[in-house]
Amino acid sequence: MAEKVLMKGNEAIAEAAIRAGCKHYFGYPITPQTEIAAYMAKRMPKIGGTFLQAESEISAINMVYGVSGSGKRVMTSSSSPGVSLKQEGISYIAGSDLPALIVNVQRGGPGLGGIQPSQSDYFQATKGGGHGDYHLIVLTPASVQEMADMTILAFDLADKYRMPAMLLADGTMGQMMEPVELPEPDDIKVYEKPWAVTGTGKKRQHNIINSLYLDPEELEKTNFERYERYKTIEENEARYESFMMDDADYCVVAFGIAARVSKNAVIAARKEGIKVGMIRPITVWPFPKKPLAEAADKVKGFLSVELSMGQMIEDIKLATECKKKVELCNRVGGMIPSPEQVLESIKKLAGGND
Amino acid sequence: MTTQLLIAGFGGQGVLFAGKFIAYNGLLEGRQLSWLPSYGPEMRGGTANCSVILSDEPVGSPIVSKPDILIAMNLPSLDKYEDAVVPGGMIFVDSTLIERKIKRTDVKVFYVPATGLANDIGLPTLANMIMVGKFIKESGAVSTNNVESTLKKVVSARKANLLDMNLKAIECGLNLEG
Amino acid sequence: MIVFEKPKSLTDAQLHYCPGCTHGIIHRLVAQAIDNLGIEGKTIGVAPVGCAVMAYNYFTCDMVEAAHGRAPAVATGLKRSMPENVIFTYQGDGDLASIGMAETVHAATRNENITVIFVNNAIYGMTGGQMAPTSLPGQVTQTSPYGRDVTTAGYPVKVSEMLATLDGPEYIARVAVNNVKNVKAAQKAIQKAFENQINGKGFSLIEVVSSCPTNWGMTPDAALQWVEDKMIPYYPLGVYKDRSAKEDK
Repeated sequence: MAEKVLMKGNEAIAEAAIRAGCKHYFGYPITPQTEIAAYMAKRMPKIGGTFLQAESEISAINMVYGVSGSGKRVMTSSSSPGVSLKQEGISYIAGSDLPALIVNVQRGGPGLGGIQPSQSDYFQATKGGGHGDYHLIVLTPASVQEMADMTILAFDLADKYRMPAMLLADGTMGQMMEPVELPEPDDIKVYEKPWAVTGTGKKRQHNIINSLYLDPEELEKTNFERYERYKTIEENEARYESFMMDDADYCVVAFGIAARVSKNAVIAARKEGIKVGMIRPITVWPFPKKPLAEAADKVKGFLSVELSMGQMIEDIKLATECKKKVELCNRVGGMIPSPEQVLESIKKLAGGND
Repeated sequence: MTTQLLIAGFGGQGVLFAGKFIAYNGLLEGRQLSWLPSYGPEMRGGTANCSVILSDEPVGSPIVSKPDILIAMNLPSLDKYEDAVVPGGMIFVDSTLIERKIKRTDVKVFYVPATGLANDIGLPTLANMIMVGKFIKESGAVSTNNVESTLKKVVSARKANLLDMNLKAIECGLNLEG
Repeated sequence: MIVFEKPKSLTDAQLHYCPGCTHGIIHRLVAQAIDNLGIEGKTIGVAPVGCAVMAYNYFTCDMVEAAHGRAPAVATGLKRSMPENVIFTYQGDGDLASIGMAETVHAATRNENITVIFVNNAIYGMTGGQMAPTSLPGQVTQTSPYGRDVTTAGYPVKVSEMLATLDGPEYIARVAVNNVKNVKAAQKAIQKAFENQINGKGFSLIEVVSSCPTNWGMTPDAALQWVEDKMIPYYPLGVYKDRSAKEDK
């Protein structure tokens, strides 16, 4: 077993990406994710990789598009306002069926917002984000260890399904340090990429990386085909953690930092005799609909704990087909709910049924 | 056992580094832990604090809102967090910079003239580590055995002289009576 | 004896360009340069958004279609991950000098080792003839129906002159394709822009003053004459920067 080291979440992402075989990073400075760029600036030149501080987020994501077209692993990272700028490029990457990793260490919005942690880019991340019909695979780490592990997982899933993946973290996850065991490089999977533009070598027809289809029937066909692939992903790749759900009467749903806080609240509520558990979505697209649907047949109500005005709550209602009530416990603008606030909300939810 | 620690002061006082030292000390003891800094636009002079949690269980929320132990390096930090400390908890006060006494009667208080001592021993930038030394001695949250090996983890090998200076400051805190 | 044939680096696809459009000539010059240098197998082209959007169908090398204006950024990614390959972009004036100005300037100032073919016909062609950043003062377009009024729409951007002020780029030249003499000079400049990349010299941009008979509302002949009479006086042809030539002296 590798030695545990103490690292910031942002640094863990950067190191894990390098270990996943990512040798190309493009970014633009923005708080609270700048440690990723700083780490890459230090390491990439030493491993013969690329660190490039682009002139804008727009350029950075298009550089990602270029590298991805060549079949190499590549990533960019930013925080909310910067990720908005990247949406054009992300849509092209998705529309051209290219793998790439985009990291969003979220901060409060809208507009310039603030620099403190937030989860208010949930809709943007899970519903597409840019123009057109598409999805990203969206992973939501809740510890520094997961920041590292999910970086590698994101690269693998992106390659496997030929689509962009996003690590949806927040300022807390990016800035906090925890012990982390970094993965060993020889576990890295290699995917064949016959579609890549690497030069024909005059041995094959030219490959074209493209998302333009002037014939609507053809464009419709590519969309249908892509959504068939998405269906497979929804069936196979939805990930979640279930905590104290076996005998639960109530179910808290939270991801990332909100799940960390909620776990304390669930434990406290159990001590007070309230049978509550938690489902923590690890992927928010694909959303873990199945465990939530199953929970809806057993529990009396759900509590969505979010650092947003209530975005994931819509997916919970859809997954549970509104069979049980779903309440919201939230703080926004860079504020984080306290375990006490979540506990109060759990009590209110439980009290309302008795 | 779980210890929730909050270290607060001005930016530039080494608040984050003190927290990092304590966190690494916990890591060497095989504890579960988290370290979470405040972050903001000011690099120097603004308020800075960090939450450190040491536990035998996996750490839930990394945010310390009700600290078992508060290390207050300046008056605004004491004013802000004094009431948040849990009853029976501890407060370490840099009494060189904070003239007032603690209002609470249900916590254990250590007045450490850390900034003055740091100046006296010729290490004016290491009041933070004197506080850390005192914290280690009084709190029992981490053992005294790993001080040197922890320093080797958190101080860059290229700055060996810093290691000695930090060690001296921590020992100054460890040896303080009262 | 074959006296004339299509370059091997062009596909058999029929070009979609309007009658009299000079994109066909410029495609041919690019393909000829690729043929001459024997780099077809390792070249990757980046197509723009604009009239040349479907250039990816016309070149036999691998191709990438970029978002509007982003071709230099895409090319940067391709080149950084495949330094041994040859990467070129093919962009129009709206793409390169308006929406993609930041990408252009920064690729140039980084001396990114790529080749940029910049087709300046002073108008947005694909969308039906709107004012471009390079439309001439007084030029009538769909969005400057009373002629480009420099007091409200500003002046045309002289891309070659502007980029030549940067320390970064290797080679900046403006050519035209309105007559045989100019076409021959354009061929030489384009090939040099590729050679520079092969030799690791860095960013080379060839601005090709071009025509758009359809949106200028002229016959192809008249359009070529307008290039001579109006465009070239405003956009003088020549080499604006050639670092290696300067160093050789």
